[in-house]
Formats: sequence, structure tokens, C-alpha cells
Amino acid sequence: MNQASTDEIQTIVAARALAQTRTVFIGVGRPSTAAILARMVHNPALVLIYESGTIGAKPFHIPLSIGDGELAETADAVVSVPEMFNYWIGPGRVDVAFLGAAQIDRFANLNSTVIGDYDHPRTRLPGAGGAPEIASSCGEVIVVAPHNKRTLVPRLDFVTTVGHGDGPGARERLGLRGRGPTAVITDMGVLEPDAASKELVLTQRHEGVSVEAAREATGWDLAVAEEVRVTEPPTERELGALRELLAR
Amino acid sequence: MARILGLSDAVAELVHDGDSVALEGFTHLIPFAAGHELLRQGRRELELIRMTPDLLYDQMIGMGAARRLVFSYGGNPGVGSLHRFRDAIENDWPHAIEIEEHSHAGMANRYAAGASDLPFAVLRGYSGTDLVAHTNVRFIECPFTGERLAAVAALRPDVAIVHAQEADGEGNVSLWGIPGVQKEAVLAAKRSLVTVERIVEALVPRPGALVIPGWAIDVVAVAAGGSQPSYSQGVTERDNDFYRLWDEISRDRDSFSAWMEEHVLGGVGAR
Repeated sequence: MNQASTDEIQTIVAARALAQTRTVFIGVGRPSTAAILARMVHNPALVLIYESGTIGAKPFHIPLSIGDGELAETADAVVSVPEMFNYWIGPGRVDVAFLGAAQIDRFANLNSTVIGDYDHPRTRLPGAGGAPEIASSCGEVIVVAPHNKRTLVPRLDFVTTVGHGDGPGARERLGLRGRGPTAVITDMGVLEPDAASKELVLTQRHEGVSVEAAREATGWDLAVAEEVRVTEPPTERELGALRELLAR
Repeated sequence: MARILGLSDAVAELVHDGDSVALEGFTHLIPFAAGHELLRQGRRELELIRMTPDLLYDQMIGMGAARRLVFSYGGNPGVGSLHRFRDAIENDWPHAIEIEEHSHAGMANRYAAGASDLPFAVLRGYSGTDLVAHTNVRFIECPFTGERLAAVAALRPDVAIVHAQEADGEGNVSLWGIPGVQKEAVLAAKRSLVTVERIVEALVPRPGALVIPGWAIDVVAVAAGGSQPSYSQGVTERDNDFYRLWDEISRDRDSFSAWMEEHVLGGVGAR
């Protein structure tokens, strides 16, 4: 099998993060691919939940939207949007949320609203969707995003979704009940919030990526763990399953 | 019971220039046929309300039918941008629109409050986000526990339009698959139109099959295939290729206008 690309490694690392998870809330794109891969390879009992109201969806194909017909057809339960947010997400019944974002800052706060000024945006992005309440209420949040200076920025143009706010104690002060972001999985490695400062720290790098390169691709002075783990290379099974899934 | 009218008569009777209109359907059951009929009838100055504007509101905004947009996610799901929505906000084309944006949880609760005829809804949300400074949300203290909670105003659209699979002759509506905020939108609105794939002699006699009773709906109209390129579970499939193609059609103002002229406005007089 050909060597894994950095994108494939990112998806595989994200899937591994769900090996022991009971329930995961997922957005479209790479988070969705990773969650489906996790069901195939690591955790067949993993309950996939999409904000369209499909709980326990078992898609064979990677859905284009969060409301594709296959999600409803294969779901254990299909509920309305008010029920999804008020009965399932709000009370913290979902263990992990898998989210993406256009911009991420050093406290893993997320922007998916605008680039530039709100009233005169340079780029108008889609907006919040379910992210703010998903991130405040799910047990923990794992962010899956590309590693570059456009994404990992010193200051967000707009705080759509609160990660760790301005640092220690911020989530408690704001009344956010979940633990917040526990990892940002990129195509270069993994960043995790420091237990005390809540600032993201490079704790893992993918094979072939140097610590310096990861720091260079980050828009702030990225802190580095004393010991940076090197990502276990993808197994034949992981890579084979991912490629098969993408080819379906 | 609901009155059963042709789509064109239904839209003409229920929707007027300047109305606030919610065409709902969360990815599933989006009432495209009704929205296109609104455009053919030349409705203007609308306040368009929808959680996910999707291609339908991208088209309506691009055609200049919107004065204001109330929404929570303005993307082409899984594809990227809604280019007409972006062009209106970034460049005021074809004219400037006012926006009010929320989170999904906020919008869903606003509809639920409207359906309940309550003035507002409470939720744990918005806290710490920049949405607070840019939208209509307040914070209140729970009278029982003292917890600080977000309050969002009820949505009470002039008109709600939703699509469903079936109705019977009395306008009792059955829908299945992803229910979105269909029922909430209909019950929150002053006037309502449900378009359906077909009218049947009798709904399947299964408890729970009837989702919205005809006496709670003003008008039902047949629009077979009326949710395409979205879908009606069990009847039509979501046209994912068209959602991808829309990215290309809508990116350019001229190709957008030409497509609308040919595929939507070209239907004037044909129905």
C-alpha cells in the first residue's frame, strides 16, 4: 500500500480518538469521515449523532450533508431539531463533539462566522450552526482542522464557539458545562490544552513533521510539550479501510 | 380542515410583499417548488426566516426578493459557500440585506416558543460568544435557581411554508424522515401552507401517522417533486450532484441569473 498522506494520517488519528467513546456528535467533512472510520475499525458500537436529528446513524457512504437520506434510514432514532438540542445536546448526553472551524486561537476558541469585520466582512462564512451549544454541552470537544497560519491564528475575527475562553476558569465563569476542547487534531500533529494554563500545546507530531515545522505553521508562538510523541503510523487495516470508505 | 388549492393560487393568497416568511425543512423536505413560485409571482421585500438558508434562500436572495434574513447556518452543506448569500452580505448585490443570525439551538427554541405562543424561550447558550453583541439575545436569571440563562424572542412569521410526503383530502399531513422544525414553523406562523408530494385517499392507518392535523393548517397544495434538489424521504432522493453543481452555477452573477431565468422564471404561465 502507498504511504499515507498527511490528510489520511489526520483522519486516522481522529478516528483513533473515538476508540473508547460511546456517543459522538459530528459535523460534515473530515470529522464525519473519521467517525465513520472509527465505527469500521475500532468501535462498531459507536453511536453517531448528526444535528439533523439522526441518532445512531450507520452510513455506509460518507454523507455530503448532515441530513442525507441514508442517515435517517439507518438511524436508531430520528428526532426534531428542538428535541435534538434541548433533550440530547443541552443536558450533556453526548460524550464527544467532533468539530471543524475556519479559525482557531490558542485557547481553542473557534470562528466560523466571518473573516474581517462583522458588518463589512472580507469573507462571510456560514455562521454558527449548532457549534456553540454543542461545544458548551458535550462531554468534550475534539477539533479537526488543517494546520496553517490562516487557521491557527493569534486572534479570532469573531468568537462563534467558546473553547477555553481567555484561559483558566473561563468555562466555569460562563456556565459552560462540558469540559471543552481536549484536542485539536491537525495534519501535522495534535495540540492539547495545558491542564493549568488551558493554552494549546503541541503534544504529538505525525511522522515526518518536525516540531519546528509545526511551530512555523502556527499563527502564535506555539508551546511544545517536554516530550512530543510521534504518531503511531497507520496500520494496513486503518489505511485500507479509509481508502475503501473514500472510494465508496 | 385545510383548503386544498393549486400551488400558484395558494402562494398568491398567503404571501404578500413585505411579509416575514419561513420556508422550513432541515436539509430534508425543503419547499423549493413553493419558493420558486414566490419568485415567479415577483414577491419582494420579504423577511426570509430559515435555520439553514440552503440553495433555496441563496436563489431568493440572489433574485432580490429578500429585505432581511434570519438564519443560523448559511452554507451549502458539505460543499462550501452560498455564493449569492455571500455576495449580498459582502458586496450588497443585488442590494443590501439586513441579517439576524443565531445558533441552531437559538433558532429551534425561537420556533418552539412561537408554536407555544410564548414571548420567548430560555436555553443554555450564546454565553461568551460574539453573537451576543450582534444578535437579539438577552440573559435572564432563573427565578428558581438563580442560574443565568439565555433568552431568545419567539419567532412568529406571517407565513410558514413546509413540504411533506402526503396529505389526505382534509389536509391532514403525514411526514416522515428528518422532521426538522416543520411542525414548529407551521404552528408558530399566522398563516401556513404545506406542499405535499401527493394527496391520498386516506393516510396509512397507523397511530402517529398524522403529524399535523388539517385544522391547524390554512392551505395544502400538491407539488410533486417539490422538495428537489432536497428530498422527500421514501419518495425522492437528495440530488447531491446538484448541490455540488450549484457551487459553480451560483459563483458568477451572470451564470446565476441565466440559470434562474431558464429553470425558475421560465416557468411563468406554464403552471
